[in-house]
Amino acid sequence: MSEQNKAENRAEIAVAKFLEHTDAEAASFFDACVHCGECAQACHFYLNTGDPKYTPTYKLKPMERAYERHKAPFSTLKRMLGLTPSEVTEQELLEWEPLVYDSCNMCGRCTLVCPMGIDIAGTIRKMREGYAAADMVPEGLKRSAEFVRKTSSPMGVTIKALKAQIAHQEKDTGIPIEIDKHGADYMAIFSSMEIMGYPEVLGAYAKLFKKAGLSWTISSVAYEATNVGVQIGSAPMAKEILQRVVDAAEALEVKHVISPECGHAYGAIRWAGPNLMGRQFKFEVVHIIEVLDRLRREGRIPAGPKDGRRMTLHDPCQIIRRGGLLKEPRSLLDDSCSDFIEMKGSGITNFCCGGGGGVSANPRAEDLKLAAFNSKAAQLDAIEGLEAVVVPCANCRTVFEDGLDDQEMDLEVIGLSELVAQTLADT
Amino acid sequence: MSFLEFVEGPLFLFAAGVFVLASLWRFVGIIRIGRKKDISPPKGSAAGGFIAGNFRHFFPRGIFARRTWLHIVGGYGFHLGLLALVVLGAPHVAFLEDRLFGFGWTPLPRWGFILVADVAFAGLIVLWVRRISDPVMRLISSRADHIGSILIFLVMLTGAFAMQESHDLLRAIHMLMVDIFLIYFPFSRLFHGFTFVLSRGNTGATYGRKGMNL
Ligand code: SF4
Ligand code: SF4
Repeated sequence: MSEQNKAENRAEIAVAKFLEHTDAEAASFFDACVHCGECAQACHFYLNTGDPKYTPTYKLKPMERAYERHKAPFSTLKRMLGLTPSEVTEQELLEWEPLVYDSCNMCGRCTLVCPMGIDIAGTIRKMREGYAAADMVPEGLKRSAEFVRKTSSPMGVTIKALKAQIAHQEKDTGIPIEIDKHGADYMAIFSSMEIMGYPEVLGAYAKLFKKAGLSWTISSVAYEATNVGVQIGSAPMAKEILQRVVDAAEALEVKHVISPECGHAYGAIRWAGPNLMGRQFKFEVVHIIEVLDRLRREGRIPAGPKDGRRMTLHDPCQIIRRGGLLKEPRSLLDDSCSDFIEMKGSGITNFCCGGGGGVSANPRAEDLKLAAFNSKAAQLDAIEGLEAVVVPCANCRTVFEDGLDDQEMDLEVIGLSELVAQTLADT
Repeated sequence: MSFLEFVEGPLFLFAAGVFVLASLWRFVGIIRIGRKKDISPPKGSAAGGFIAGNFRHFFPRGIFARRTWLHIVGGYGFHLGLLALVVLGAPHVAFLEDRLFGFGWTPLPRWGFILVADVAFAGLIVLWVRRISDPVMRLISSRADHIGSILIFLVMLTGAFAMQESHDLLRAIHMLMVDIFLIYFPFSRLFHGFTFVLSRGNTGATYGRKGMNL
């Protein structure tokens, strides 16, 4: 195949996917955008660089153009009259690729300011389907996908490594953790980052669930919660990754699968999951924060002495704004710390850490990610005497650690499950 | 048939017909593209979210106000001013009663008409100056955005000239601009006047299912 044919093919493949994923929702967004630019004022990539190319709606341009040329009402008539935009070329697609992957966390903050309520994040997700199909994906994400194919984990975490971490935690807590327990009520899945970087979370689960008398297990074949398919924008890959968890949970006949403190993993299994699989699951998907909140309200994990440090909460976008769990973490924190203070603009309007949507798995975007973290650092900096920040997402947590280091800010970063376990009543 | 009779009679009816039919075609065309049914177990109502989303985005959020106040003032000034002009301006009420509905309503007094016209003009100018001067808006604006702004400006400007009701030709030119505007509207970016219901509603529905009101 000649170079030119190959190029045309890549552009054709991407455009075909753009069109396939331009449903009535995306079409309404393209047809409603008034190009007012307000969305830029909510996007931390624009706010921290001042570069207009980071305007959220601009990131969608190639997909919008493909829609206007091929699928919009009157497009045939307009094409005949030469009034449609020209065909999207591979050159343009390549030019836009960093905008689509490096400068969008799919965080959804821009939707809040948009007078038309346009869901840029959801549309970027659809647009990435075109890029993934045409194999125009950042190297870092490709590498993660390769690891997933081999080990099911984007960091290459094997069952052997997981078992070693479990053994450590069993020793530390004195509580056994059962693997592959058939008929358990709950099956927990984790992100690789938790398993390798923050294994205390395994011990926290063990402690909390023992106290609550909850029957739970971890699968030896499906322990990974993150879904690089969702980040890259490949529905087939996302489905394949999800299939492992669904098969394992249904084989173990558990009633619930616990999604961990990881933003995109929750969206991937809870909201996108059944749609990717084309069917409802035989189990309920619950986020660990929901589980803990339920157990707390049922009096099964009573709170003990509170942590007295001045703490705030980071709202991971995919759990809070796009996930729907706004009140639960706050009610848990009310019981766990005595000097809790909200960040300015917390909750629904909170800033992303800058690493969501696959950005933190993409080394090319490192500088941009750190620049975007400035918005978060400013939120933290505005709180006088702040000692710790609760970050209920392992991915955000690594971004926080990098970002705080970069800003030379001294602040402890802690997971919510760990905090709840640490402040559990002894009785 | 005089030029005025033509632009207020057959041409107006034609333009209004194109406006209605093409708008319906485009609106239904967008909906007919279809959307896969979301089968994830809902936590709230999508239909409720559709409605809530539509109302939610009428009101700007305080946290963004400092960065977006100019646009909020310009946008609200222009749109509300224009709506009041069209629906409550005495010549418009008389025209709509005579040509379309057969009944009328109490119009704004003349000073009120002039006031809302000024507000609409000021709003439009603010938005357009921003469009040509702000780096973000310059980058994302297309030719269609400018054509829409210029067209609506001409409709309003010729309307201001016609307001004196001193000359039939001025009224005829205004009506001609209105006719052109009506024909152009459904094929252009101006159609956001209808599609906003769908875009806000679709996002509202997605979040409504998740038990959120965004
Ligand atoms: S704020 Fe909304 S309508 Fe305005 S340019 Fe951005 S996406 Fe388009
Ligand atoms: S979804 Fe978030 S990162 Fe993406 S364009 Fe919008 S505000 Fe920026």
